[in-house]
Amino acid sequence: MIAALLFWLFAAVLVGSAVMVVTARNPMHGVLFLILAFFNAAALFVLAGAEFLAMVLVIVYVGAVAVLFLFVVMMLDIGAARRKGGWQAYLPAGLAVGAVLFAEVLFSLAGWKLMPAAVAVPQPAGLSNTAALAGVLYTRYLLLFQASGLVLLVAMIGAIVLTLREHTRSRHQSIPRQLARDHRETVVLLDVPLREAPVVPGEAKKQAAPAPGGAE
Amino acid sequence: MNAAVALAEIVLALSGLGILMVGVLLRQADFRFASLLTIAAFIVAALLVAVEPHGTGLFGAFVTDGFSTFMKLLVLAGAVLAVLMSLDTARETQVQRYEFPVMMLFATIGMMLMISAADLMTLYLGVELQSLSLYVLAAFARDEPRATEAGLKYFVLGSLASGLLLYGISLVWGFGGSMDFAVLAHTLSAPAVASKGLLIGLVFVISGLVFKVSAVPFHMWTPDVYEGAPTPVTAFMSTAPKVAGIALLLRVMMTPFGHLAAEWQQVIVLVSVLSMALGAFAAISQHNIKRLMAYSSIGHVGYALIGLAAGSAVGLRGVLIYMLTYVFMNAGTFGCILAMRRRGHLVEEISDLAGLARNDPLLAFAFAIFMFSMAGIPPFAGFWGKYFIFAAAVQSGMWTLAVLGVLLSVVGAFYYIRIIKVMYFDEAKEAFDLRPASLSLVVGIGAVFTTFFFVVPAPFVAAATLAVKALAF
Repeated sequence: MIAALLFWLFAAVLVGSAVMVVTARNPMHGVLFLILAFFNAAALFVLAGAEFLAMVLVIVYVGAVAVLFLFVVMMLDIGAARRKGGWQAYLPAGLAVGAVLFAEVLFSLAGWKLMPAAVAVPQPAGLSNTAALAGVLYTRYLLLFQASGLVLLVAMIGAIVLTLREHTRSRHQSIPRQLARDHRETVVLLDVPLREAPVVPGEAKKQAAPAPGGAE
Repeated sequence: MNAAVALAEIVLALSGLGILMVGVLLRQADFRFASLLTIAAFIVAALLVAVEPHGTGLFGAFVTDGFSTFMKLLVLAGAVLAVLMSLDTARETQVQRYEFPVMMLFATIGMMLMISAADLMTLYLGVELQSLSLYVLAAFARDEPRATEAGLKYFVLGSLASGLLLYGISLVWGFGGSMDFAVLAHTLSAPAVASKGLLIGLVFVISGLVFKVSAVPFHMWTPDVYEGAPTPVTAFMSTAPKVAGIALLLRVMMTPFGHLAAEWQQVIVLVSVLSMALGAFAAISQHNIKRLMAYSSIGHVGYALIGLAAGSAVGLRGVLIYMLTYVFMNAGTFGCILAMRRRGHLVEEISDLAGLARNDPLLAFAFAIFMFSMAGIPPFAGFWGKYFIFAAAVQSGMWTLAVLGVLLSVVGAFYYIRIIKVMYFDEAKEAFDLRPASLSLVVGIGAVFTTFFFVVPAPFVAAATLAVKALAF
């Protein structure tokens, strides 16, 4: 009873926020509604007993994909180019895509109902589905799992290598250098006779090349 | 589980991670240091491959046999030569960064996975690991618009090919009932099982794999990528990955789909003839030596595929010997190309070679050896590669294919020998910069192997015969 109530609640919020994603005038609101939709979908997964999928949805889609969207929206400053109506132009294409997707979901549901072979994999007794998944992932599919890890590592190194530029001119602090300084390098004691301009050793050199390392 | 079969790959992957960590922790670790560590890792891996236990491991996803040992040693040899070549040429080509040899290392792990794949998923992940590393390597000179374009082009088209491959795999899985090579081979031994859907899937799989070895009609990316990518990367791309791609094609065609030979043979024959023809004719009008080498590699893949089309043990042995000779003569040729430097800049036009015979007679002589070998002129190694292939085609009764191959290699000989003419008979241009010792070493290894292969071919032929035995014969 409570499960059914919760289902309808989450489902209603999910559909509502999905509608808001496409109708929100401010793209920033759109992305935030998208995150809400993800959370509700995750909650539905939890209700269905698929807590692993729920976690993945939150970690991957909310944690990474949605944040990426937010970055893009902020960086491109789409707010300036807000949609001014004109959604009718996209309506036929949108409806067509929606109809195709709906038909596909319907077919797969029909297949589930009609074909006796397509039954759910039985849940192993006494195991949460996270543990069950880990059980095959780290044994039967160990090689594939590790190889995918390597692929992702290569992707990460590649992205860094191709885009990271070390800014040699930026004046960032070098904490070790700051801490390594001691007073003998910086404080000079001079015997200055009265009424004479002091001659500081190294003054001329300092003016020619300002000390690197920034905040000193 | 038997993870011992994958020991070489595991060690190589761990050393890749180790080299990355060393680069972070050690301040004085530079490009040269990483390259030397990578070469050391390759040599250790080669020793492990040479003594690896043969068998299936990791729950049937990974297999080692005589074939995988032969091919992996070849891939590692190609990779070592490529890293050696980049050692002293990285600065001019703007790839002198710590991660460069590490990417080559990860690409090599991908190739070894491809060679040892025992099911379609391992195959796909191996291909993906290798390709992804190569995309990054192609774009490595990021301030060079040509390199960025090459990387992007390679990435987009490569992803398309991966899509084709995956689609094919899903069809094969759906209609064949398994992704495991052994199970598929068993299922398909009953001829009635080969449904239309499975055959369509097979054609998609072939398309994806043929893209990776850049055979016609999936070759379009090759000239642009070869020309645009930094030359050490081109040298790498045209040796080791080609060997891995051919190895994968051989294993997939012979092991799971060996019983469908009648179905895929026509596809392979078509791909082979088209590749040979394009390699021969399109290369004639090239001015850039890297583009020329791209068409040349397309042609060579075409010749190698004749052996697969023959479908016999002799044909496959021919392919293995062909790839063996190809790796060494191709590495040597790229060693020569990398030595084409004037005042610290690489030059890439064929006309820049003019008068090399007078300025650097040794280099010109080595270059001439490689060109004669590529053209298939005896007694150089390239001739023997072609000899074993054509002999196998004749034995299998594929006379047309053999005759076409010989005719097209005559056409190909034209542009190889034109380079020799430019070096020896054209008016001399300014001399190249002094060539670094590492390049001389690579060129020397290539030249010695190519020249003296005919003296002691027996151990190589015996090894290839043994390797082919592992593939369903």
